[in-house]
Amino acid sequence: MKIEVKDIDFYYGSFHALKNISMGIEQNKVVAFIGPSGCGKSTFLRLFNRMNDLIPDTRLTGQILIDGKDVYAPKVEVDVLRKEIGMVFQRPNPFPMSIFENVAYGLRVNGVKDKVFIAQRVEETLRGAALWDEVKDKLKASAYALSGGQQQRLCIARAMAVSPSVLLMDEPASALDPISTAKVEELIRELRKELTIIIVTHNMQQAARVSDKTAFFYMGEMVEYDDTKVIFTHPRKTETQNYITGRFG
Amino acid sequence: MKKFFEAIVRGVLTCSGFVTSLVILLIIGFLFTEGAGLFNEPMVEEGYVLALNKENDVSSLTAEQIKAVFDEDIVNWKEIGGRDMPITTFRLEDVERYFTVEELGSEYEHVGMCIASLIARSPGMIAFVPQSMLPADAEVRYIDDSTISLSEVFAGTEWFPTATPAPLFGIVPLLAGTLWVSLFAILFALPFGLSVAVYMSEVASERMRSVLKPVIELLNGIPSVVYGFFGLIVIVPLLQQGFNLPVGESGLAGSIVLAIMALPTMITVAEDAMRSCPRSLREASLALGATRWQTICKVVIPSSMSGITSGIVLGIGRAVGETMAVLMVTGNAAIIPTSIVEPLRTIPATIAAELGEAPAGGAHYQALFLLGVILFFITLVINMSVEYISSRNKYKLR
Ligand SMILES: Nc1ncnc2c1ncn2[C@@H]1O[C@H](COP(=O)(O)OP(=O)(O)OP(=O)(O)O)[C@@H](O)[C@H]1O
Ligand SMILES: [Mg+2]
Repeated sequence: MKIEVKDIDFYYGSFHALKNISMGIEQNKVVAFIGPSGCGKSTFLRLFNRMNDLIPDTRLTGQILIDGKDVYAPKVEVDVLRKEIGMVFQRPNPFPMSIFENVAYGLRVNGVKDKVFIAQRVEETLRGAALWDEVKDKLKASAYALSGGQQQRLCIARAMAVSPSVLLMDEPASALDPISTAKVEELIRELRKELTIIIVTHNMQQAARVSDKTAFFYMGEMVEYDDTKVIFTHPRKTETQNYITGRFG
Repeated sequence: MKKFFEAIVRGVLTCSGFVTSLVILLIIGFLFTEGAGLFNEPMVEEGYVLALNKENDVSSLTAEQIKAVFDEDIVNWKEIGGRDMPITTFRLEDVERYFTVEELGSEYEHVGMCIASLIARSPGMIAFVPQSMLPADAEVRYIDDSTISLSEVFAGTEWFPTATPAPLFGIVPLLAGTLWVSLFAILFALPFGLSVAVYMSEVASERMRSVLKPVIELLNGIPSVVYGFFGLIVIVPLLQQGFNLPVGESGLAGSIVLAIMALPTMITVAEDAMRSCPRSLREASLALGATRWQTICKVVIPSSMSGITSGIVLGIGRAVGETMAVLMVTGNAAIIPTSIVEPLRTIPATIAAELGEAPAGGAHYQALFLLGVILFFITLVINMSVEYISSRNKYKLR
């Protein structure tokens, strides 16, 4: 198991946002989190790279192990952990810098000084994100000169540049048009060869297309977690059934 | 009915916009015409002349030379382009040293004749007298009555508006004083202001912030006399002892007081800019394994640069234009400062201190307006250069 989640409970103040969640995720698999709005998908996703640490007055019990190591152990250095676990956000959020610098940022803040290596890595990841051909002549241009879809692929390239072993994606295609969405999905299928991916999505077809396993959340609980095929064809729970057939949520 | 109401609102808005612009333009125009009038003023006091012996071939003098001659810093004509002979100066009040009361007449009716004859018989004399007093056929030469020149004002190193016969309006010492004090004020305020802004926006807890922010904003509302008073009572003696100075009133005292005054604006504006840096950018940076400080330095500060610079500009603006506090602590010596611990004098302080004694419409009065124009240009240049710098940031946020 690449990732093991054991008996997670999470609270925003007194609000019990995640209730007793346990799951295991295998290496080089894509796992989709689905569920109605407000059920805790983002909250759960942000636990893996400790993004919720930034929110005051939160409380966590239980354990998350990645490669057998407890993410929340006291001696863990959060910045080292976050380099290992990349994240792509719902809205494209490139830095106000050039395209090149956006991708190089993660390397630079992690102490990489070798210019040749940085340039090489930037090209590699931009190619990996299927963006290279579109931007290779304007690497020095502002990242904001790109379209929304291009910006999101830039953000994926940026996350990939530091070679994480897990990639967390929070509705990465929700702000994109169908063509850009297709490109991002294609990318996810490619990236699976290199790393483990967790993707939050509201789009059932997308979950069905890209993921190996799917977890359905409802009101802070993980209702069902199984192979994507099973979830979409023979879900065990009626809530899951209702949700994927669009009867609520 | 609704249409009518909207039309009224639009009319009022247009009107107020128009009136405001007009008022601003009028003020600027007024400043300029009054200030430019200085260059039409005669160098020597209106109605007076400088008369020389017929034999003397010096025909023009600069204001500085005239002052030096009458201060007896220049004592020989050859120093100012004439022949080798000593200079004797003559002012109207000297007349009784040369003539008896009988000679002058009981009603002083012969005074013009007497002075004319005195000049005619003393080859090295220069006399400063009212023009109307000398007879039209007097055997004397007059120094050309030129007007005050641009170079005398803009390159003049002495500000002495009350000197007779020729006042000096060299603005260099005042300009230097202003720039000097403002520069140091910014140098002091910048590191403090930025650190406090970063502290408030990134480090301080919500509780700390809710206490600090109102306090800092309160500092902004304190009148500048109070700051000046504080400077005079606390900073000036401290500097005097600390640097072992003859007087504590100095450019340094001025810059410290100004720095303190510029801080609140700088801090609040810069802090607001940093706090408005989108959370998504911070999260993106942290998620890449950047530490909190890396995120602040590489993402938060660069992306709020335009806000930070406007904070700095507002601070500079305050420093350049501030009058009262500076007047109180800088010592007001109109000399070109060679070090920051000397007394000096700024443009606004000069205007405030001298406008009351300058007769309206006179050269001195117009010179003060010219100073106003110059001040206006300084702030204009600062604003535009900052505007330019922040517009060059190519990676602006949407
Ligand atoms: N910072 C916060 N403070 C307090 N409550 C929060 C906070 N963030 C989220 N919540 C609450 O936690 C619950 C789960 O939120 P979360 O963002 O994880 O939902 P989600 O499943 O990602 O929804 P969506 O699909 O709309 O993104 C919601 O009820 C939300 O109101
Ligand atoms: Mg969410």
